[in-house]
Amino acid sequence: MSTLPEPPGGAAALPEPPLAPSPYSVVARTADTVDTATLVLRPLATDACPPFRPGQFNMVSLLGRGEAAISISGDPDRRGELVHTIRTAGLATQALAAAAPGATVAVRGPYGIGWPIERARGKDVIVIAGGLGLAPLRPLLYELLRHRDRFGRLEVIYGARTPGDLVYYAELQSWRTRTDARFQVTVDAAGREWYGDVGLVTLRIPDARFDGPNAVAYLCGPEIMMRFAAEALEARGVRREEIWVSLERNMKCGIGQCGHCQLGPYLLCRDGPVLGYREVGPLLRVRGL
Amino acid sequence: MNATTSDADLDRHPFVRGLGPEFVRAMAEHTRRRRYETGATIAREGDPAREFLLIGAGKVALELVPHDRPHLTILTLGPGEVFGWSWLVAPHRWRVDARALKPTEVLVVAGAPLRALLDAHPRDGYQFLLRLVPVLATRLDATRLQVLDVHAP
Repeated sequence: MSTLPEPPGGAAALPEPPLAPSPYSVVARTADTVDTATLVLRPLATDACPPFRPGQFNMVSLLGRGEAAISISGDPDRRGELVHTIRTAGLATQALAAAAPGATVAVRGPYGIGWPIERARGKDVIVIAGGLGLAPLRPLLYELLRHRDRFGRLEVIYGARTPGDLVYYAELQSWRTRTDARFQVTVDAAGREWYGDVGLVTLRIPDARFDGPNAVAYLCGPEIMMRFAAEALEARGVRREEIWVSLERNMKCGIGQCGHCQLGPYLLCRDGPVLGYREVGPLLRVRGL
Repeated sequence: MNATTSDADLDRHPFVRGLGPEFVRAMAEHTRRRRYETGATIAREGDPAREFLLIGAGKVALELVPHDRPHLTILTLGPGEVFGWSWLVAPHRWRVDARALKPTEVLVVAGAPLRALLDAHPRDGYQFLLRLVPVLATRLDATRLQVLDVHAP
């Protein structure tokens, strides 16, 4: 088996995440879609949130309602607040997504390995998101856009099921006005009120602007979408070792102890959620795994 | 609006670029440039499909119009892309609606003469099909993923 990817800043770049949850107050809630909301949290016990790397996640809970692994979707430079976008998928996420300003939630983390941003220095960057997969990629986008001069062309392709399922819509509109990056937004199907693109993200890859052999790609979305997208990227010359995916499985402990999120030899909460497609791609083809 | 075109116009389109000059010249004789305003209907499902369309500028929506549900856009296409393959496949009827989402310019190749050209120039005809079939295959793959509804909660 190939070696695991190194954390972008080195193993000792961030302090060990605490195992005990810390209290946070919900200071803002935005309904992104009918089943998805973004919460802005402020720590109650400290002045600043623990530092995190784009791509990492927290275990977030509401007392008595359960705990869920939620990607951090805010700006890593804004240390005073923590942002989580939560889609209702069960009781815990239903309660969290409905948490109103003033509510107290518990957070432990950050956990996992984030996006290897440094690999993209001097190279073209392709970011491909499907559905809520944009959430763990948004901190990466903040970093890429903040340090735009360090990278080559930046191509972002974001797909959702319908126009009503697009998250961060206002921010997307703002990003699309930038001249130093291209944001393509597409949906799988739409009514006549939608004048944007329709079609899967994979159809946008052949015409995307990047130099394949000199590009790094970051993908997050449904596994089958990532698999097809990775194939389309490879067809454009992107090397497999420069394709990175973020995987979601049933994370429970967040620290690689319980085994719920195991995928082959990987515990995704500890070894991921971001993994190299070279290592994990073959596992995504194993039926039933 | 129709306007005549030249083989140079046609040869600039990525789908055609690189095909044999004689074949392209013959194809150009059956090609017209046409403009559609925003919202204009380009094709309707069930109508005779007599044309192969190459998008030069603008944006085209391919739509399904179920009798009991609103229009559903299933794909949008832009410059450099092609649509309309029912001219090649019997019974030569459009399978979707096509509508301009913005001012759109297309090169329109008459289907029946194009079929005759493919017959008469088998080498170029094969090259033509080698370009068309991947377009269809890619869209078929995408349709499969759409059927899977991968983003469904």
